[in-house]
Amino acid sequence: MKYKNYILICAGTACESSKADEIYRNLMKELDAHKLLNETQVLKTGCFGFCEKGPIVKVLPDESFYVHVKPEDAKELVEEHIIKGRRVNRLLYNKPCEETNVAKKLDSIGFYQKQVRVVLRNCGFIDPEVIDEYIARDGYAALEKVLFEMSADDIINELKTSGLRGRGGAGFPTWRKGMFTKDAQNEEKFVVCNADEGDPGAYMDRSILEGDPHSVLEAMTIAGKTIGANRGYIYIRAEYPLAIHRLEVAIKQAKEFGLLGENILNSGFNFDIEIRLGAGAFVCGEETALLASLEGRRGMPVPRPPFPAVKGLWGKPTLINNVESYANIPAILTKGGNWFAQFGTESSKGTKVFALTGKITNSGLIEVPMGITLREIIYEIGGGIPNGKKFKAVQTGGPSGGMITADYLDTPIDFDNLIKLGSMMGSGGMIVMDEDDCVVDVSKFYLEFTVDESCGKCSPCRIGGRQLMNYLEKITNGEGTDEDIRKMRLIGHAMQMASLCALGQTAPNPIISTLAYFEDEYMAHIHDRKCPAGKCQKLIRYFINEKCIGCTLCAKKCPVDGCIKGEKKQVHVINQEACIKCGECERVCKFKAVVKI
Amino acid sequence: MSKLTLADLKKLRDEKKKEMVKREEGKTTQIIIGMGTCGIAAGAKEVFDAFLDEIDAKGLTDVAVTQTGCMGKCHVEPTVEVFAPDMPPIVYRDVKTDIAKRIVNEHLIDRKIIADHIFDKPADILK
Ligand SMILES: Cc1cc2nc3c(=O)[nH]c(=O)nc-3n(C[C@H](O)[C@H](O)[C@H](O)COP(=O)(O)O)c2cc1C
Repeated sequence: MKYKNYILICAGTACESSKADEIYRNLMKELDAHKLLNETQVLKTGCFGFCEKGPIVKVLPDESFYVHVKPEDAKELVEEHIIKGRRVNRLLYNKPCEETNVAKKLDSIGFYQKQVRVVLRNCGFIDPEVIDEYIARDGYAALEKVLFEMSADDIINELKTSGLRGRGGAGFPTWRKGMFTKDAQNEEKFVVCNADEGDPGAYMDRSILEGDPHSVLEAMTIAGKTIGANRGYIYIRAEYPLAIHRLEVAIKQAKEFGLLGENILNSGFNFDIEIRLGAGAFVCGEETALLASLEGRRGMPVPRPPFPAVKGLWGKPTLINNVESYANIPAILTKGGNWFAQFGTESSKGTKVFALTGKITNSGLIEVPMGITLREIIYEIGGGIPNGKKFKAVQTGGPSGGMITADYLDTPIDFDNLIKLGSMMGSGGMIVMDEDDCVVDVSKFYLEFTVDESCGKCSPCRIGGRQLMNYLEKITNGEGTDEDIRKMRLIGHAMQMASLCALGQTAPNPIISTLAYFEDEYMAHIHDRKCPAGKCQKLIRYFINEKCIGCTLCAKKCPVDGCIKGEKKQVHVINQEACIKCGECERVCKFKAVVKI
Repeated sequence: MSKLTLADLKKLRDEKKKEMVKREEGKTTQIIIGMGTCGIAAGAKEVFDAFLDEIDAKGLTDVAVTQTGCMGKCHVEPTVEVFAPDMPPIVYRDVKTDIAKRIVNEHLIDRKIIADHIFDKPADILK
């Protein structure tokens, strides 16, 4: 017997307390009484994210969404809706216009409720290795327009109307860069896609290329037509094999369909795209270093100007944009710049994809309109901090960014506000930290990364970074002084002013922002020789107190021979000299006798 | 495939759109597996094979199994969306090979939704 109806009851904790169980039992009873149990499936599900309207009951397949349901409503729901097929109007959730959006799909609630999908419009919907599916979702419709209806100026104007700013980090207006490259006089020009994506914790670009490679190919072809280029390169790190594979398949298919290559759609326009693999150096994401690497030279930045728009790849005018910037363009041109500009804030239009990671319940890839608050991202989409821990800060902009604290959770996120808070948009990594994270330790982590990735060409970055690292090591070892803090500020400032590229200019940012918001934590490391979060190993100690019953478990589990000593049934003692602070004794003790201070 | 003209492209788009609408209206049976790097790392390839094997074993002939990119739900990968006639489209989370078998047997054959694997996450709204 096939089921005809499905009744879903929200049984999240909030709704549970408001009688989801009773509703479930009553529904089952009513269905049983009418011999409908083999036609209707009743399911208890997780939270729909609508707790203030709970308990919530949803009936499928006709997508009825009932709110504030009481246990005694079960009878009416079964007799009216299930048997007679008439919705129970008094319980229906139907705020005008929201109904269709909110109640449409099971998963459109909660995780997706706050999201707007422009860049990720096809990710998770189409098979990225089947060009037909991209075409079915208006793929290559923008290219049609560009080839047959729009002039280069029209395209640039549309981008201007949209307000799109580069998603690679700096937020430069995309239309303006397009115009500069278009206006540069040269017989040969190039289009380049920056898919180097090296920020720790960021994987937006990878997901776009894996989920929707044609959107980037289409946009690059459009860019070629706009600026007058016939060749494009995608510079992608070799560590992204799946993205590379999907791009290769997409390029092959587009060529077979005549959407890439010679005489595209019989328009007379030729455009070819090649993939170039990078070796995964962070600095090669910087545009001038990237171009050097593309030319087969060592990837090191050069001073700008001249900008790539004037003198880029092999000295020719080159338009270089980020993956996500490109992925926006076909949508903007099919739906119009004004459509795009409806999302976002005054200075930052459209959406942004963020990779949400760290201490967050729902880690994942999200796309939200600019201007959304961090609170909405972390608590409503991200589901909050796991294990009942307290939110401490979120790092945006990766190693070039800074931390944003609980005080600023309600700031609308856009390019300019993040800079005002001492951080930046960066490429869109968002790493959430809780009370167990030590800001000095996190700053050290990022600095280690930038010191490692510095190309070494300019001394402010090469030497300054190393110096900052030495101070941070001193502080986390419990040997820091007030003078160290002063020096770090000085050196950081020098690096910001004097480094050749943004890698060095922004490398001190994590330190400077944590000094601004968490100076007390640095002070605790320096004056009290303590790490308040209990992270910095040199500053923590494990002790066994009188609760110890001498079960010997900790001594057995301790990885260091002879570190924990004691007779059976006697209080044990940790040898502080030998202790490696792995915390295993604390984890295994059943009597809470091991304490960390 | 010969090269398209503008008219061909428009025609192709219209045809394919109709196919997609059919799928979304639940007129055809389709299983879509999230196969970005995150999904694959969580075992989506094995799950893909498990679906094919079980569908074969049960002699189902009209089920399309396809891949898609990251759905963004990295914390519950592998994720799988199931479209079946006269049933609501359902996204399942944490689909390992055993759940894939259950989806074929319970969802597709018995027409029962597997309650404990529906994706709908808790949204802890800050009080
Ligand atoms: C050290 C460093 C690393 C960078 N890495 C990337 C990267 O991985 N991807 C990217 O798109 N832009 C990166 N950029 C920014 C590029 O230099 C450039 O601004 C960007 O490609 C421009 O594209 P957009 O206007 O579309 O943002 C990096 C910059 C610096 C200084």
